[in-house]
Amino acid sequence: MALQSLDIKQRSATTTPSPSERQTVEVAKLIDTTRCIGCKACQVACMEWNDIRDEIGSVDGTYNNPTDLTSASWTVMRFYEKENSSPFDLEWLIRKDGCMHCADPGCLKACPAPGAIVQYANGIVDFHQENCIGCGYCITGCPFNVPRISKKDSKAYKCTLCSDRVAVGMEPACVKTCPTGAIMFGSKEQMTEQAEHRIGELKGRGHGKAGLYDPAGVGGTHVMYVLKDADDPTQIGLPASPTISALVSVWKGFAKPLATLAMAGVALGSLFHYVTKGPNEVSKEIEDEIEKEDAQ
Amino acid sequence: MNMNRRQFFKVCSAGLGGSSIALMGFSPTAALAEVRTFKLARATETRNTCPYCSVACGVILYSMGDKAKNAKSRIIHIEGDPDNPVNRGSLCPKGAGLLDMVHSPKRLMHPEVREAGSTEWKRLSWDDALTRIAKLMKEDRDANFIAKNTAGDTVNRWMTMGLLASSASNNEGGYLTHKVFRNLGILSLDTQARI
Amino acid sequence: MTNHWVDIKNADLVIIMGGNAAEAHVCGFKWVVEAKEKRGAKLVVVDPRFNRSAAVSDYYAPIRSGTDIAFLGGVINFLVTNDKIHHDYVKNYTDSTFLVHEGFSFEDGIFSGYNAEKRSYDKSTWNYQLGADGYVLTDPTMESPNCVFQQMKKHYSRYTPDVVSNITGTPKDRFLHICEMIAATAAANKTMTILYALGWTQHSVGSQNIRTMAMIQLLLGNMGMAGGGINALRGHSNVQGITDMCLLTTNLPGYMTLPNEKEQDFTAYLAKRSPKPLRPNQMSYWQNYPKFHVSLMKAWYGKAATKENNFCFDWLPKFDKGYDVLHMFERMHNGQMNGFIAQGFNPLAAVPNTKKVADALAQLKFLVVIDPLATDTSEFWRPAGEFNEVDPAKVQTTVFRLPAACFAEEEGSYTNSGRVLQWHWKSADPIGESKSDGDIVASLFVKLRELYAKDGGAFPEPILNLNWAYKHADEPSPEELAKEFNGKALVDLVDPKDPTKVLVKAGEQVPSFAFLRDDGSTSCGNWLYSGSWTQAGNMMARRDTSDPSGLGQTLNWGFAWPVNRRILYNRASADLAGKPWDKSRTVIAWDGQKWGGNDVPDFKGNEPPENGMGPFIMNPEGVARLFALGRMAEGPFSEHYEPFESPLEVNPMHPNNPLARTNPAARVFKGDMEQFGTAKDFPYVATTYRLAEHYHFWTKNVPLNAIVQPEQFVEIGEELAKEKGIVAGDKVVVRSNRGKIKAVAVVTKRIRGLDVAGKKVHTIGIPLHWGFVGVAKPGYLTNKLTPYVGDANVQTPEFKAFLVNIEKA
Repeated sequence: MALQSLDIKQRSATTTPSPSERQTVEVAKLIDTTRCIGCKACQVACMEWNDIRDEIGSVDGTYNNPTDLTSASWTVMRFYEKENSSPFDLEWLIRKDGCMHCADPGCLKACPAPGAIVQYANGIVDFHQENCIGCGYCITGCPFNVPRISKKDSKAYKCTLCSDRVAVGMEPACVKTCPTGAIMFGSKEQMTEQAEHRIGELKGRGHGKAGLYDPAGVGGTHVMYVLKDADDPTQIGLPASPTISALVSVWKGFAKPLATLAMAGVALGSLFHYVTKGPNEVSKEIEDEIEKEDAQ
Repeated sequence: MNMNRRQFFKVCSAGLGGSSIALMGFSPTAALAEVRTFKLARATETRNTCPYCSVACGVILYSMGDKAKNAKSRIIHIEGDPDNPVNRGSLCPKGAGLLDMVHSPKRLMHPEVREAGSTEWKRLSWDDALTRIAKLMKEDRDANFIAKNTAGDTVNRWMTMGLLASSASNNEGGYLTHKVFRNLGILSLDTQARI
Repeated sequence: MTNHWVDIKNADLVIIMGGNAAEAHVCGFKWVVEAKEKRGAKLVVVDPRFNRSAAVSDYYAPIRSGTDIAFLGGVINFLVTNDKIHHDYVKNYTDSTFLVHEGFSFEDGIFSGYNAEKRSYDKSTWNYQLGADGYVLTDPTMESPNCVFQQMKKHYSRYTPDVVSNITGTPKDRFLHICEMIAATAAANKTMTILYALGWTQHSVGSQNIRTMAMIQLLLGNMGMAGGGINALRGHSNVQGITDMCLLTTNLPGYMTLPNEKEQDFTAYLAKRSPKPLRPNQMSYWQNYPKFHVSLMKAWYGKAATKENNFCFDWLPKFDKGYDVLHMFERMHNGQMNGFIAQGFNPLAAVPNTKKVADALAQLKFLVVIDPLATDTSEFWRPAGEFNEVDPAKVQTTVFRLPAACFAEEEGSYTNSGRVLQWHWKSADPIGESKSDGDIVASLFVKLRELYAKDGGAFPEPILNLNWAYKHADEPSPEELAKEFNGKALVDLVDPKDPTKVLVKAGEQVPSFAFLRDDGSTSCGNWLYSGSWTQAGNMMARRDTSDPSGLGQTLNWGFAWPVNRRILYNRASADLAGKPWDKSRTVIAWDGQKWGGNDVPDFKGNEPPENGMGPFIMNPEGVARLFALGRMAEGPFSEHYEPFESPLEVNPMHPNNPLARTNPAARVFKGDMEQFGTAKDFPYVATTYRLAEHYHFWTKNVPLNAIVQPEQFVEIGEELAKEKGIVAGDKVVVRSNRGKIKAVAVVTKRIRGLDVAGKKVHTIGIPLHWGFVGVAKPGYLTNKLTPYVGDANVQTPEFKAFLVNIEKA
């Protein structure tokens, strides 16, 4: 299906400029943590829609299950218990974790495989596993620690914001299923407005610190949170001011040409590996070499 | 610059692993950046109701095949029915996972019997299973049916047989179950209504 | 539910107590969120655990499991003492002014008429005073000490905030804060809704828990109102429908009742169920009972049911006592049953005291399990390590397992908790060789009928004459069955006022139960469902989402029983003159000629309000009962009794009366009493419950649900964990006097020890979803722990409050 609604904005490791004449709608998912009951319908709907099934794991003494994001769990709920002024004045903070679809995606910047990561004009950052070499740099590049490498095929996976559904005019599976309306979807503009409305309401209920999480350090995100205590996002497991790791920024700045030239020899060596052993080996080789050097 | 030597090389190597290879003509397929194909394009939609709790959410069952004679329907996806006034398209984690209930590896596929003292299931045909059960029931009913109690009052009851009825079968099945088993004289009748 | 799911959005205050809607009725809970957002409603959660509902609540209070009556009794006392009641409503729509029998009394926890040996009451004094005209005597001033209001006031005056806090462990300030929030809805235009589920029913005082809240809703004037009502969040998808079909020991479809064995006379049987009004000009709708009963007999026996043979009255089994699920397994355990069918039911997992249930099943000659999925019950004979220790050679039960189709593979109707019947359609053929439940029952019946026709046998009449006019005897279609329970005219039904006018032609579906007759000229399999498949077609399949009132009534979506009414008792949403108490939420109103509005009136359509007919038309009084007469087993008012396994040695309400420690009218079988544990050996209160990620014992067979909640765990508070040296993730053993389970410990701030009657009482939370059959990690059936005792009225087992001990495994 050619998806003209999904114009490409950026493509990993590609210098050809993307078409930019058409003006399309930027989308966003808004997660209102104050309405979330942690039922995990989003986790199930995500796996069901995307035809993935994580392992049947074990309980680690919390409600977190699976205990972390994996290549087959693109979203997980994280539960935090908080006690306020008195013993029965509790808060059970619950956050749906997953890809934030950054406007300035660190994963894409870090990705060395052409076309393995793309950003559509609508804001979705999508991984194309057929182009992925499994190097794991997207993980390094991600300020939210989201992508995961599959043990089965050594490729990186994460939430696609259901780009396949969005492409045909539907909302993502997690959004549709959410029983309490804690997850909403629309244009980024609409979602920002919705968030403002909810924040006003929360303030009216005495939550003076309510606010929106749409961090500027990554250019804003296409997955945003309404937080009861926006002054301290870390209490719900979010970085206070996420930025793309310095090493990725540097790579984009001066290191890229420098590396290309200065380390051509290594490149040839690794190319041999690439051809004979496949892509995953390449990065591992290089990684090992660097590790060795670094240890000296 | 907050960056150590190791990170610097890591950055450089990232470039080598990918771009430099591309530069030298070994670019992986010049892939069209396409999203995964929308999997429901021409799937058949059927309106149904979630069988779990009593919110009874509307669901849409998506099945392969367009119900043509030669096509065998198989349910490939289930999601909420946005028209349903109660759930308005949403589903809880149970409802959202219904596909795996329909296709559970623990679905029963054919009648079976575990004989007295045995350690295994044995497959039966429907006719054999129902004939055996009907004979056992008749034998027991004929032997233990109570037409009159000790006071001589007509009671017409069968006290050695019981039935616990499903609370997930439809009203039609439930009605028929009551009609049949009450008329065999059964009083030991209850449902999953409370536990 | 007296109201329905979407109506929750019309509430000003939502109380979740005895339930956990966010967890167990997740998609219904969205309407709580909607009420909060659109109306600014407040959500209050009262529960032993700070649960998922509490996570988004405005106010939370803990409570010791099994003490809800003390809490709610305290609320009644608060409302009455502070005069926070809806006066016009209480005076005119309840029995508050009625005079109570002079012999009625209550002393130290026991009502008049108690027989300790039989553990039951002679209820003759639990009555009103009747005048010579047969009507109840009243005192409109409500000052007579004998009137219901004063009796009630006196009864609950003992539940002061200090008493409540001492019993329930709820901090007094939290209790009082909730009382104030509730009291605010006494205003005529404010409503509170209560959402409860098994957290109230699964106690030895379960029915009285609910009754106490019903009294509160009457005092506040919240019954019949949009956003009000008493809302039982039912269990399975069609538990409401199956309950309406009354697959219950002594009932007939539509909440009619089987004859007791002493009721040998048909006329007397009908008369007893058709009560005359207790006040002038009241409807007493059950006077129509004979029409519904005779129509059912015609649906079942067709031409064989005649006026001459009392429409086959004697063909119905007559009971000596009730044979509910607990009684059934007790008799099975005693070797008094030979055959048993579990249809879509997993009793080994779902019935208390698993060991007793397993021993009982092993006494059967044959067991038939009908289910779409493999159940623990069907494999009760199969050893599964520590999870099911059994020697198959010793189990001489023959077990048949018949594969049932699932919802997606059949069509038919389910009735949701809000009484709305919705039709569903088939998507794919049944998997493997499976068949629908209806087809399985039908094929089995046809086999039996053949055997009886060929060989004769005991009392074959009801079998051979059972009306079976289905096109395919083995496979009656859902359409045929639905039409049968809607009912039809057997002859032309003419207007009694104008015999030339035919209302319904012979053979046509009746439009509603108002057309049913007691002379054998109509048939109807369930009067409550009459109107669901009329001559106009399948009303349950309607899919019009329009909602002109904005109240969420969607009157043309599906069909609600009775007669498409969405809010029961809706006459009470309007004042004496027929004007809505709250115009912005008009349910119905009197327009000078007739009743109408945004619902089907629960009233006589053209009855002028000034005639004084009461809004509770099913009651012979015409009003609602604060005084329950003899309808409850343990008393016309509720009283706090301790759970059968309680951390307290005495009932703090009646420390010197051991008879009143636990429910004096609850049935306990011999042997089970001895198996109750004491606080000395089992110091902690345990309560079992569901999780959002799982459904009962089904989803342990479903990979997606097993992934998001894979393994059995129990929840304990941080304080207790520290005391016991348990850290999160440890394996622990939980024991009761009946068995043990092993599980992972989740250590949490969300459960805390409570100060109760001078001691610290800790609670252990036990999710129930695991077993030895499934794709999730194998686990123990939690009912290995639970006591074999039920509520005194309907025998729902006491799963929510019992005693255990815990240690690191």
